[in-house]
Amino acid sequence: MIPAAFDYARPTSVDDAVGTLADGGEDAKILAGGQSLIPMLRLRLAAPTVVVDLGGVNDLRGVTDDGNHLVIGAMTTHDEIMNDPAVRSHAPLIAQATRTVADRQVRHMGTFGGSLAHADPAGDLPSVTMALDASFEIAGPSGRRSVPASEFFVDYLTTAMDPGEILVAVRVPKMSDSSGWGSHYEKLNRVAQAWALVGVAAMVQRDNGTMSDARVALTNMGPRPVRAHGVEEALRGAPATADAVGAAVAHAAENTEPADDVTASAEYRTHLASVLTGRAVRTAASI
Amino acid sequence: MTVTEDQPGAEVGRDRRRKEDARLITGRTMWTENINLPGMLHLAILRSPLAHARITHVDVDAALELPGVVAAFTGRDVADMQGSLPCAWPVTEDTVLPGYPPLAVDEVRHTGEPVAVVAARDRASAQDALEAIEIDYEPLPVVVDMEDALADGAPLVHEDAGTNKCYTWVLDSAEAGTGGDVAQAKSDAEVVLERRYVQQRLIPAFMEPRSVVVDPTGDQITMWSATQIPHILRLMLAMSTGVPEHKIRVVAPDVGGGFGGKLQVTPEEFIAFAAARRFGRPVKFVESRSETMLSGHHGRDQIQDITLSARRDGTVTGLSVKLLANMGAYLGIVTPGVPVLGAFMFNAIYKFPAYRFECSGVFTNTTKTDAYRGAGRPEATYAIERIMDELATELDVDPIELRRRNWIQHDEFPFTTVAGLTYDSGNYEAATDQAMELFGYHELRREQAERRESGDPVQLGIGVSTYTEMCGLAPSRILGQLRYGAGGWETASVRMLPTGKVEVITGTSPHGQSHETAWSQIVADRLGVPFDDVEVLHGDTRTSHKGLDTYGSRSLAVGGTALVSACEKVVDKAKPIAAHLLECDPADLEFVDGQYRVKGTPGAGKTLADCALAVFTAHDLPDGVEANLDADAVVDPENFSFPHGTHLCATEVDTETGQVKIRSYVAVDDVGTVINPLIVDGQVHGGIAQGIAQALYEEAVYDEDGNLLTGTFVDYTVPSSADLPDIITGRTETPATGHPLGAKGVGEAGTIASTPAVVNAIVDALRPFGVSDIRMPCTPERVWQAIRDARAAREGSDRP
Repeated sequence: MIPAAFDYARPTSVDDAVGTLADGGEDAKILAGGQSLIPMLRLRLAAPTVVVDLGGVNDLRGVTDDGNHLVIGAMTTHDEIMNDPAVRSHAPLIAQATRTVADRQVRHMGTFGGSLAHADPAGDLPSVTMALDASFEIAGPSGRRSVPASEFFVDYLTTAMDPGEILVAVRVPKMSDSSGWGSHYEKLNRVAQAWALVGVAAMVQRDNGTMSDARVALTNMGPRPVRAHGVEEALRGAPATADAVGAAVAHAAENTEPADDVTASAEYRTHLASVLTGRAVRTAASI
Repeated sequence: MTVTEDQPGAEVGRDRRRKEDARLITGRTMWTENINLPGMLHLAILRSPLAHARITHVDVDAALELPGVVAAFTGRDVADMQGSLPCAWPVTEDTVLPGYPPLAVDEVRHTGEPVAVVAARDRASAQDALEAIEIDYEPLPVVVDMEDALADGAPLVHEDAGTNKCYTWVLDSAEAGTGGDVAQAKSDAEVVLERRYVQQRLIPAFMEPRSVVVDPTGDQITMWSATQIPHILRLMLAMSTGVPEHKIRVVAPDVGGGFGGKLQVTPEEFIAFAAARRFGRPVKFVESRSETMLSGHHGRDQIQDITLSARRDGTVTGLSVKLLANMGAYLGIVTPGVPVLGAFMFNAIYKFPAYRFECSGVFTNTTKTDAYRGAGRPEATYAIERIMDELATELDVDPIELRRRNWIQHDEFPFTTVAGLTYDSGNYEAATDQAMELFGYHELRREQAERRESGDPVQLGIGVSTYTEMCGLAPSRILGQLRYGAGGWETASVRMLPTGKVEVITGTSPHGQSHETAWSQIVADRLGVPFDDVEVLHGDTRTSHKGLDTYGSRSLAVGGTALVSACEKVVDKAKPIAAHLLECDPADLEFVDGQYRVKGTPGAGKTLADCALAVFTAHDLPDGVEANLDADAVVDPENFSFPHGTHLCATEVDTETGQVKIRSYVAVDDVGTVINPLIVDGQVHGGIAQGIAQALYEEAVYDEDGNLLTGTFVDYTVPSSADLPDIITGRTETPATGHPLGAKGVGEAGTIASTPAVVNAIVDALRPFGVSDIRMPCTPERVWQAIRDARAAREGSDRP
């Protein structure tokens, strides 16, 4: 279909973008890679008065290393991220999960920040940032602020950002080779370009034969990504064995609210949460 | 490849790259959407959000106020000129044929049905203006499920009809004299299997949306349409609207796929035709993908109740088929006939002695169904190949061995089947043996046993599908017996140009089938001209005035045969001219390698180009010889052609998640003589992809209110290359005997064969769990559920 008419703005700096967004008022919408907004416009599920295209803001693009963290610009595309040497060595979970995002065309157009700010519960990257304990750098009319991943995702398609704010970058703690951390993202989807029915992002730290720490987050087990705290607690200090993981995954679906719809039943999603958590954790822990 | 071996350098049998590709890949071609005419208006169509309702009020005035809008109209405004959409195949004398207004007048019967039209100077303005149309509906009761629709007191889709049953069509071998009585076979049987299979509803996902441009200026009204059937479309426009046939020209320019989905005469084409006539200006309508999904015709949607009677030695003694076929709310061009085509294919490659087929068409408040790649034959093949596996399991026989015990042996052809068709040729043993070797059948069976033994969470399954299909639609006399409204002949014309180049006009209408390439190869060999000297014209009723278009794997078997006949006529017509040029008796000439030579004299001869130039100048022609080498031919096939083959599929089924991965896939197809192996492989690959899509991925789902829940590609999961396996193809070549090309048709083979191969493989993987069926598409959840249900049933039955 054809979108309803809208005004189009293409600022070139973050400050300009914030200003343009403020001028546009409540019905202004940010365009990042367009992989969610454009279909919504075409189906007339969204009808903004002005679309603020961030494609011209160069400061929002690229990955920088600031010592203990990687700072990933919100407008960096999936394809750039999965091929970025710093991401691959210091945040391999992001590189690996991004390789599973949709198809090649989407990965060339879609952006890291766009996918996170859209906050689709079936998107792969929100749970990844939760498992990484990443933080979100946000710019708005009253300046800049930082929000931890655990507070960023509020509800279905809703984040902690106010309407006038823009996601600038995501800060990700670097994973050093010697720390013993391993990671894996496991998901199940019907076809390559489809959303995940369920996904699991797992970070596990090994100290010889023990799992000393773990962070596990689930994709599409509710209106927003959730940390599987019950699994994490069960893993912490447990021996790095398949049996220990098998016992821990019983907690995978605790405190989740999976959807029950034409794609999959809630019961099946609950089942997948435990199976996929087991696989993600075992791979992350090299079991 | 006999032709290749006999004639070195021959075109037929060569891997020619497609002539069509350069323009299609670079986009330097004409699609319907590219056509822009002076003063053209763009149409947008308002569609019903309800599945069944009376239109109580409609007012387009507010839309007319909007910028760019030129006109708007409703069904009432054009009721007397829009015509009724035709159904060309009432399969029985008493088939219910409801009126089908292109634009609804008083009542809507499925979501997406057109109710009003806006014409504007640009497409966006037309789209915007739809929101300003006021329309009120009085909801009526909705029926979506076929069995509900047949129950007493069900809401009626067409009140006037008094029933939701469209027809019941029966073929009984005892009555027809082609076999025995199924009731007797059942009562005598040592084993009786009864199974229900469900063919889910599918949506053809061609690449180019349906598009139409109509230009009413001038003496003829010209319609360009992304259609498979320009000739049938012209005829139907004339018969339904009263505009004389000779005042209508229809053009199918390059068309981006169809798969049967464009074997239709559509409401949108009729609406655009009416709009252009009403305004006296050119109009264009290009649908969105959402509109394709909602209101382009759908495919499949049958409930199949199958009863198989057999002896314990594996010999099948009777097959009874009872079908419910969902028509949707209206009848499209061949809606009732699609399931009836399957009647001739349930018996497949087997020598069943008794057979009964009964099909009832059912109206529901859903989008109409119609042809989708295979049309009736995939449904039949699926059911028989699934239940043959069930019988193999019941008797503890290898599924291939069971098939061998029942299939027609290669030395038994021609063979008249229990459904009354005569299969002219085939070699099921050869195709199956080759497939088993390419597949590594016995090794995979060993691996399967090991995985079962070790309790591997990923189980291996092996699926077999031995299929045949009826192609080359169709002998006109049989179509007449089946009450189809047209014949099944095809035409070809060959024009010799003065420079020796050749124009071919075909009555087929390719939309991805590579006719330009294949037809050029045939002509090159037959006329002895270079491949690049042949131009193939099609799809325009002004140049190709007569034809029956492209569907049902008919184009090569029927249209190609007409082409051969036209070429032979050209060679015959040029002979006296060549003799005159060579100053000899025509009887002394032979035509070899593109040259007329005196028999036994290998020296200089005369080519067709020489003759074409002589005819053009006409300075020195023999007395009484017309200055014309061109020739037309019409061929009506004597019989169908019967491609066949054996497909083997190995699946790895993750028993924890239910996810299925196709590990290997082997297709050995016998499509008769192959003109271009590259094209055949492409057809096989694409066909298998669509068959796998039915087995694993695609399903159109309506809720009980008649809303389509799978209206976008987010929910209607079409697989891409990333989801599909590498396919190993093999071939046997048993030429068709009914015509000189020996080709049988390949457009639908892959789709027909692959769906049961995949599902059989999944069920085979899960036999140890007690799983005996999974409803398509076999989504991970359905597979997981089937394992769980089977386990629960076992545990239940194990309890004392």
